[in-house]
Amino acid sequence: MHSVSSYSYDDFLNQTPDNNNSVLNIVEKYLKNIELRKNINAFTEVYNEESIANAKKTDQELKSNNKKKLSGFVIAVKDIISIEGKKLTCASKILKDFTSLYDATVIKKLKDADAIIIGKTNCDEFAMGSSGENSSIGKTLNPVNEAKVPGGSSSGSAAAVAANFSMGSLGTDTGGSIRQPAGFCGIVGLKPTYGRVSRYGLVAFASSFDQIGPFANNSRDAARILEVIAGHDPLDSTSANIPVPNYLEKMNGDLKNLKIGLPKEYFDDSLNPEIKKSIELKIEFLKSKGVKFVEVSLPHTEYTIPAYYILTTAEASSNLARYDGARYGHRSKNSNTMEEMFVNSRSEGFGNEVKRRIMLGTYVLSSGYYDAYYKKAQKVRRLIQKDFLDVFKNVDCLLTPTSPTTAFNLGEKTKNPLEMYLSDIYTVSVNLAGLPAISIPSGKDKNNLPIGIQLIGKHFDEQTLLKIADVCENNLN
Amino acid sequence: MELKYETIIGLEVHCQLLTKTKAFCSCPTTFGSLPNSNVCPICLGMPGVLPVLNKQIVDFTILMGLATNCTISNKSIFARKNYFYPDLPKGYQISQFENPICSKGFIEIELENNSTKIIGITRIHMEEDAGKSIHDLDIDTLVDVNRCGVPLIEIVSEPEMRSSKEAFKYLSAIKQIVTYLGICDGNMEEGSLRCDANVSVRKIGENNFRTKTEVKNMNSFRNVERALEFEIERQINLYEKGESVIHQTLLWDANKNVAIPMRSKEDAHDYRYFPDPDLVKVEVDEKWINEIKKTIPELPSKKLKRFITEFSLPKYDSEVLTTERDVAEYFEETIKNLNLKNPETFKLASNWIMTELLRVIKEEKVSIRLLKVLPINLAELIDAISNGKISGKIAKDIFAEMLLRGEKPDVIINKKGLIQLSDESEIEKIITKILDENPEVVVKFREGKKQLIGFFVGEVMKLTSGKANPKIVNQILLKKLNNAN
Ligand SMILES: [Zn+2]
Repeated sequence: MHSVSSYSYDDFLNQTPDNNNSVLNIVEKYLKNIELRKNINAFTEVYNEESIANAKKTDQELKSNNKKKLSGFVIAVKDIISIEGKKLTCASKILKDFTSLYDATVIKKLKDADAIIIGKTNCDEFAMGSSGENSSIGKTLNPVNEAKVPGGSSSGSAAAVAANFSMGSLGTDTGGSIRQPAGFCGIVGLKPTYGRVSRYGLVAFASSFDQIGPFANNSRDAARILEVIAGHDPLDSTSANIPVPNYLEKMNGDLKNLKIGLPKEYFDDSLNPEIKKSIELKIEFLKSKGVKFVEVSLPHTEYTIPAYYILTTAEASSNLARYDGARYGHRSKNSNTMEEMFVNSRSEGFGNEVKRRIMLGTYVLSSGYYDAYYKKAQKVRRLIQKDFLDVFKNVDCLLTPTSPTTAFNLGEKTKNPLEMYLSDIYTVSVNLAGLPAISIPSGKDKNNLPIGIQLIGKHFDEQTLLKIADVCENNLN
Repeated sequence: MELKYETIIGLEVHCQLLTKTKAFCSCPTTFGSLPNSNVCPICLGMPGVLPVLNKQIVDFTILMGLATNCTISNKSIFARKNYFYPDLPKGYQISQFENPICSKGFIEIELENNSTKIIGITRIHMEEDAGKSIHDLDIDTLVDVNRCGVPLIEIVSEPEMRSSKEAFKYLSAIKQIVTYLGICDGNMEEGSLRCDANVSVRKIGENNFRTKTEVKNMNSFRNVERALEFEIERQINLYEKGESVIHQTLLWDANKNVAIPMRSKEDAHDYRYFPDPDLVKVEVDEKWINEIKKTIPELPSKKLKRFITEFSLPKYDSEVLTTERDVAEYFEETIKNLNLKNPETFKLASNWIMTELLRVIKEEKVSIRLLKVLPINLAELIDAISNGKISGKIAKDIFAEMLLRGEKPDVIINKKGLIQLSDESEIEKIITKILDENPEVVVKFREGKKQLIGFFVGEVMKLTSGKANPKIVNQILLKKLNNAN
């Protein structure tokens, strides 16, 4: 196994299993990498013994030719997804010592496919943040350049793959929380269509936006993870009953007859020129593969950020009400009355960004303000959805930058929440519309920081995105 | 003084639905289980869980909507009602706000003077129950979440009741309908039926409503009437003193017979309702509605009218018999099994059920369906009485046996030799003997002490172990005693 460069599931499959390439050997190397770069702070918990035990078991299974879809696939899971008997902290003090009672549907599926879960990854508290700096156990560093943020909120999941701590990982994406850190860390991050992957066991931030999705070194591994975790779940009423295709089979390199839209609102002056240049190169390459490009317009783009922050904070204010100190989680010791218990436990347990969003969400739902904010934002959401549906009548997918900049400095935006929110400007509309989107690496800027580009697909058409991503990667190699 | 005022009452009635499992998880809804035993991560509101709607709740709510003449919405949505309380694990209750599943219905209630009145139903919506906080122990407050997620419907009336009596009638009618439909057991004491009231008064002739108050915690039918009367009087007294009524919530204290205002802080809720993003729209098509329509049983008001016309029963009997569906069905089954069907035997059946069976089920607190006396056996007993095989008095003894062992009356009659003695010559022989043995009593009777007839009847019964047909005994006795004059 390579110890420095990224290692893929194909590498694993293409090697004849011997002691050197046993699953045990792979897991041990990952664990060693984690130990060597502890300062990255990618994990909330590493399952050392358990992953070793599972690796040994998998080696036995493989010897008896009992291979499952993800046998030996080493994966890290964002600590906002429930695993039975494991801590579920959401990187929050309020759930610091909370142990979950059940497996999320995605975890059940990973376990059934014999994936090896190596640990839980750090993130912005309750997935609220764009830099990985809002964690109660401290910030995560960008493995590519440790002075930079890895992006967020799935900071640890992106860092884990980029630093070679695992083969892939699960993150969650409410407004860009998979794609933006994937872009910042130079890896692949896929946000599936809303309803594609069960949310059962994902601690809700904004229920009508949240989606679980994979990080990987390449789109083939992302596809492998997606294929396992996707599908209808009777435990999630919002999960779609639509068949999951065999993605790898569809990744055949044939891009002829594809038409990609370039939304003009995403290419304005605020876009970093180096990123713009990188995208132009990518477009030229894809044209050479037979892809056609057209300029399109998404006229309601300017309302994206306000609508997003009204709706997601409204849902969050309600979703996070259960952390009140009464039944589980942090309970303030300095409380004499029921009300003090609620107020103090929450004041002590939540971090600033979470509090900011709960307050904003409570406000927009308050009587007298509901129509002006929540209802109006819902209308805007429908208009944004319609923008996309209109455009998709004419194109197969869209190509945009993932973020307006490459990874910024640690601490650079922590004091300015608005500026922080704007780093998601190209990603949030996808969640408002419930669409699938992928961020893939597209070279580096002059500071050697990865650039990410985003492909946005039609509802439930992850396969077109994966197919294009796959071709782009082969060009890099 | 009260004559100058008119009362305006609207009721919000909550009914716990008799589904096997909870509204959004598969925990059982059993009442009286050990605290916190009927729970799972979903109804405990653990991080990451999601609700999945139990379809039976929709069936039950549509059923109630149809039974109360509501419009059934083709698309309805669930909303979150947000507030903090330790027995509310998610920090919100899943309920309906905009677009409830049923709206614009009505029921008919009967007033004292035999006229009827229509009471409008604003809406019926689905929601989940909260848990129970137990404060009255010497330690901290304890929480039992067994009830969390148990399905409820809330039936909201128009403010169209004009007295506590009308409110009582309306509530009784609602209870009767939900129990007839089999969607709720209607038990107010156990909390499966709950009622809150909005009350205001105004001077007769006024067009606008005055400030209303909300009265809660009335956990029996009797309490509802008493609490409403208390509140109406309180409001009128305030106005008479020149004071005003403040908008507030009052809790009825059944021990002290007063309604106590809640602290205003607890009362000032902004529930921040918004559509629950975890649940999809409930879409109900005509086919679904029609399927449920087929399952609606005959409702109590209709049954009552039919009992009067079809069985020639007095209105009182019909009311008593139709109060509960089980009793009404028991009566009809008894009637169906009678050999001799006429208004007298129907009335006889009614009497037996109203006096004997209802007494027993009240004493033993069991459903009529659980009695060992089956309708077919009661019919046989009534036949035996009406064809003179046994006397009414003997019938009571036989009934007692039936209650104990569930045997058929014929079996008991034969086993104990209880067939009524109706052979006139046999009876005459016995009477002659008694008259001969008691000449001085015969003389007294003939001198005018007519009440002594009872003595002779008693003697006949003694000699026949109570089996003599009392009608025939009387006839012969009178004939013999009077003839000698
Ligand atoms: Zn449950």
